[in-house]
Amino acid sequence: MSAIVFYALAAVALLLSAAKDRQKTLMALRKSRAAFTRILPQFIAIILIVGIMIALLRPEVLTRLLGRESGWYGVLLASVVGSVTLIPGFIAFPTAALLLQGGAGLTQIAAFVSSLMMVGVVTFPVEVSYFGTRAALVRNAAAYLFALLVALIMGMVLPL
Amino acid sequence: MIKKLLRPYLFALAVVAVYAVLAFSNRAVFDKAVDTAVAGTWEMLAVLPPIFVLLGLLDVWVPRQTMIRFMGPGSGVRGASIAFVLGSAAAGPLYGAFPVAAVLMSKGASFFNVLILIGAWSTTKIPMKLFELQALGVPFALTRLALNIPAVVIMAWLIRAVVPRDEVERIYEKARIGGTAH
Repeated sequence: MSAIVFYALAAVALLLSAAKDRQKTLMALRKSRAAFTRILPQFIAIILIVGIMIALLRPEVLTRLLGRESGWYGVLLASVVGSVTLIPGFIAFPTAALLLQGGAGLTQIAAFVSSLMMVGVVTFPVEVSYFGTRAALVRNAAAYLFALLVALIMGMVLPL
Repeated sequence: MIKKLLRPYLFALAVVAVYAVLAFSNRAVFDKAVDTAVAGTWEMLAVLPPIFVLLGLLDVWVPRQTMIRFMGPGSGVRGASIAFVLGSAAAGPLYGAFPVAAVLMSKGASFFNVLILIGAWSTTKIPMKLFELQALGVPFALTRLALNIPAVVIMAWLIRAVVPRDEVERIYEKARIGGTAH
């Protein structure tokens, strides 16, 4: 769905640009390619690592570990798993829903989803290469604490 | 020559070696890993190439002064809002945000606004929210959204406060060199 929107957007922008200035459009494409090739090796490595990680994660085990009675231990575990993994959204959310149905706790799942989206251990080297070690470290540490905080608040606010 | 071309891919090749080992030692894990990697590749191809094309076009068509006026150091709430909307309208994984951030920085967007964009990209992306609404329900998704919006702003404040000025300058310098060939 979003793929269609983005490709259409890029195609229209490209056509408009080409109609206005051929030379500039070619330059833009050269820049796109340069930016893409800079990050491509890391993309490929990340995708391959994520494949192995997901293959090793077993939903049954996760559901047990993140159960409603798992308490603090489960919340911490969920946030660590969320931080070190990188799962595409279209897999992550349905998986989270399955875990909830299977008996995982809401606070635990909230910690998992939040840390999954905000904290990136696998992508940390990429982040450092753009933002430097300090900024990347502070962002990920702060994101981790926020993920925990958000999870705790959600556990208190939401029923179940 | 070949060595130079392969160098950035060393790490990826090491992971490929792990796949090779898995293929012989644990077929089930290997198959699932390949399936996920293929899905991940599709996810990347679904959104990143057009984002990079748009990025290149933005780079050549939007003048530096315009970027500074809308997202530069004195752009205030409006600049932060633009960054927030840009980040939320994005799609694709967080690592796709870094090249976008680099181009914005090389064009003169303020560090704070770039941090807002990264924060929004990581948590309030609209396509992801739609997935979340569908899978985990309205109360879950909206509570998380309500908590994440202030989190994005607080985190941007925090990072800006902690990273010293000369380091920010180095980050910008790198964005100027790495972002474009010119």
